[in-house]
Amino acid sequence: MRGINLQYLIKRFALFFLTIWVSATLIFIVPRLSPNDPFASMLARMEAQAGPVKDGTDLIAGWRARFGLDKPIGEQYVSYMIGLARFDFGYSLTQFPATVNSMISQSLPWTVGLVGLATLFLAVIGSLIGALLAWRGTPGMIRTLLPLSLIFTAIPFLMMAMILMYVFVFNLNWFPIVGGYNSRELTPGFTLPFIISIIYYGTLPAIAIVISSMGFWALGMRGMLITIDGEDYMTLARAKGLRGTRIFWQYGIRNALLPQITALALALGGIIGGNILVEYLFGYPGLGFLLYQAIINSDYTVIQGVVFLLIVLTALTILILDLIYPLIDPRINYRNA
Amino acid sequence: MTTIVQTNSPTSADAPPTTQALTVTPVRRAAATRNWALISGLIMFGFVALIGVLGPLFWNTKLARVGSGAIILPPVWLEGGQAAHPLGTDASGRDMLALIIVGIPAALEVGFIAAGIGTALSIILGFTAGFMGGVVDLVIRTLADIAVTIPVLAVLIVLSVYVRVSSVELMAFLLAAFSWPGPTRVVRSQVLTMRERGYVRMARVSGSSTFDIMFREMLPNLLPYLAASLTGAVSGSILAATGLEALGLGPSRIPTLGTNIYNAINASALSRGLWWWWGFPILTLMLIFISLFLISLGLDVIANPRRKGNST
Repeated sequence: MRGINLQYLIKRFALFFLTIWVSATLIFIVPRLSPNDPFASMLARMEAQAGPVKDGTDLIAGWRARFGLDKPIGEQYVSYMIGLARFDFGYSLTQFPATVNSMISQSLPWTVGLVGLATLFLAVIGSLIGALLAWRGTPGMIRTLLPLSLIFTAIPFLMMAMILMYVFVFNLNWFPIVGGYNSRELTPGFTLPFIISIIYYGTLPAIAIVISSMGFWALGMRGMLITIDGEDYMTLARAKGLRGTRIFWQYGIRNALLPQITALALALGGIIGGNILVEYLFGYPGLGFLLYQAIINSDYTVIQGVVFLLIVLTALTILILDLIYPLIDPRINYRNA
Repeated sequence: MTTIVQTNSPTSADAPPTTQALTVTPVRRAAATRNWALISGLIMFGFVALIGVLGPLFWNTKLARVGSGAIILPPVWLEGGQAAHPLGTDASGRDMLALIIVGIPAALEVGFIAAGIGTALSIILGFTAGFMGGVVDLVIRTLADIAVTIPVLAVLIVLSVYVRVSSVELMAFLLAAFSWPGPTRVVRSQVLTMRERGYVRMARVSGSSTFDIMFREMLPNLLPYLAASLTGAVSGSILAATGLEALGLGPSRIPTLGTNIYNAINASALSRGLWWWWGFPILTLMLIFISLFLISLGLDVIANPRRKGNST
């Protein structure tokens, strides 16, 4: 591939796997640091609901054996790692016998859809606004959009989401309260009503994410275009008499886009985090919501599985972005890195 | 006329940071434009901080305890409100004004402690990596790269579930562990660049110790960036802390702003129309974030003055 040699590729992939290994180990260690025994708390919960449980201690011992918690730590670690490599996260503690995988695979498409779409909107709209702001021909009224969107940026997702929810859901009743689709009337499938329902339910969460992050994109884009405007090749392009729009798109935007992609990669962690909160607030049935439920129920296996998956997805996205970068920008050359 | 010249940005070309021997043109401030961002940001932040610091002197913070007043009182300007609780109460009878007065110092404490530790760490690690090179550099660099990739909130959630956070300080320490990677990389690359500059070589030749070089020559150059990054770190830490609290994983001893939001969501305050319950904490948090953002914008302008004249 242009700009990449084998050495860089190996190093990059090594970093990727190292990241995943470190995260997995971290997730393995942390629960075992806590003095809380998940099974004891499960038992306590059962007792709180229905009264004393007969043979409680035997039950706990049985669970521990079933989940392999009575083996030495070294063995647990190895089987944990092997399981992870096969993406086998085990069984959910509270929804037993549901496997963690089944729960995740139900929630994953929702989150990917929401975050993916929202990020796409964000990139497109944010860049357009930023570009418009930098270009000289824009009327002053549109210019006031920048401070406004900047202020929105400083407001975290969660608060934006709550305000949006309050205004649009409860006061104006424009959007539905909870869920991913109209579960009372529709069943999942590739039917048009279902798809429309998805979009309907997903709009507000997506808007929350987009509005909050748009300002940064706009600002970055504008800054880049201003810097580029002063470059020599732009002067040459104008001197050559190229059309304005062509200069704008092929000379201006194309060069300004590159740092934005880097910024996107770095912001990804924050987007995922914010997404967890947005899903929690809107009851949107994605990974974030699943994580929240697991937290409440102290469902440790699900928590571990979801967090691990999130880390893998983030690391993978950044890896892909890193590898695509030389393709987009011929100036970047990793060969000499 | 000799003047101390403030270096514009760590990446600017050749201006030496402090020197008594050269004659340099004094830095001219653009005549008409004040640094509105910085000024307004500081004013806003000062306002919020003042409420948090002076609040306890004027208002009884014990009202933040459960059962201080009738439950779900609206603010005083709405029907049913009482003057004793000007901003209303929540479903447990806690006074909103007291909650905010108690919550602001908690939030600011978390932010500053976490950001302070994180920035200090990044200075130490960045300098170490830049100066020592070799294996140490590789290790620090790899650790920072790994930490940048991991979505912070996700790991924090895992940590908080198991290590039930009980105090603000503990939470700050947890957050500090995640705010050092970004600045470390920048500090490190700046150190690497500065190492080869004329004035550093000069300092080495004239026999300054490494320590001297670090603190007297390099660090002042980094101050603009560090100030901006500290502000960003405070903002990010408060954000992460609030996120955790809103999920119910916050400090259990103090009613923080985020915990209020958590309680409000749990009690369906949104659908019950009890906007003052979550509205005032959100407003306060918004003020904090916006003011920090403006401050960092303002600091950015100081650090890169050539950008100032560019608003077309």
